[in-house]
Amino acid sequence: MSLRRRDVLKAGGVVTLAAMTGGLRPPAAAAQGWNQDAFSGKSLDAIVKALGGSGYTTTKDVSWGSTPDIAENGAAVQVAVASGVPRTQAIAIVIEKNPGPLAAHFEVPAGTDASIVTRFKMAQTSNVHAIVKADGKYLVSTREIRVTFGGCG
Amino acid sequence: MAEPTRIRAGMQGDKVLVRVLMTHEMESGQRKDADGKLIPAHFIREVSVKHNGKTVLSAQWGPAVSKNPFLQFTFVGGKPGDRIQVSWVDSRGDTRTDETTIG
Repeated sequence: MSLRRRDVLKAGGVVTLAAMTGGLRPPAAAAQGWNQDAFSGKSLDAIVKALGGSGYTTTKDVSWGSTPDIAENGAAVQVAVASGVPRTQAIAIVIEKNPGPLAAHFEVPAGTDASIVTRFKMAQTSNVHAIVKADGKYLVSTREIRVTFGGCG
Repeated sequence: MAEPTRIRAGMQGDKVLVRVLMTHEMESGQRKDADGKLIPAHFIREVSVKHNGKTVLSAQWGPAVSKNPFLQFTFVGGKPGDRIQVSWVDSRGDTRTDETTIG
């Protein structure tokens, strides 16, 4: 009983604080830069939208470097993506069949190559998309990675 | 609390090649413990890499990034002796910052 009251008080405090620090922003913006909406998006369309795009086109100007076609261990699949699209500002990696498809989002300032290597967990064989933001437009390149042994769960 | 991040930064022609290996569980929130209870998610959410104080890469990660995350990229404008600083913030608000110089 008293515990509940404590919770209510706390919740009230949070609301007051939010109101003081600039008001009723959506939860995504409140989460200190981490894009909650994009990371909970379930489809490529929803994720592109949450990242700020209204739609996307496919591109052939992304190379997947050393990314394997078949990964033996889904716990650490090394994915290399390099965008050849001029003025690439950001690259996001989406693993379609993972429980949370958006895996990572990189912002690439001028002077940094739009070429990144990271390792991901993959639950199962899946299409992997690279979303490239360049000149405010969104472009997608897709590649299938087969997983022999899943890395989630 | 968290183990140090290993950072290697070296010249590759006129570019700086940065390789980072962080130490973190990157718990996905999908796994169950021996009693069948879900293990709560705990993962690095934000990463930034700075060269002499200027951001050269920033990232937002979900729980799908592998345990002990690896990251590699290149940038221009660095020279041997410059500082490279890698920081992260995880889903519990823990942070860690490590630094090296370009070799």
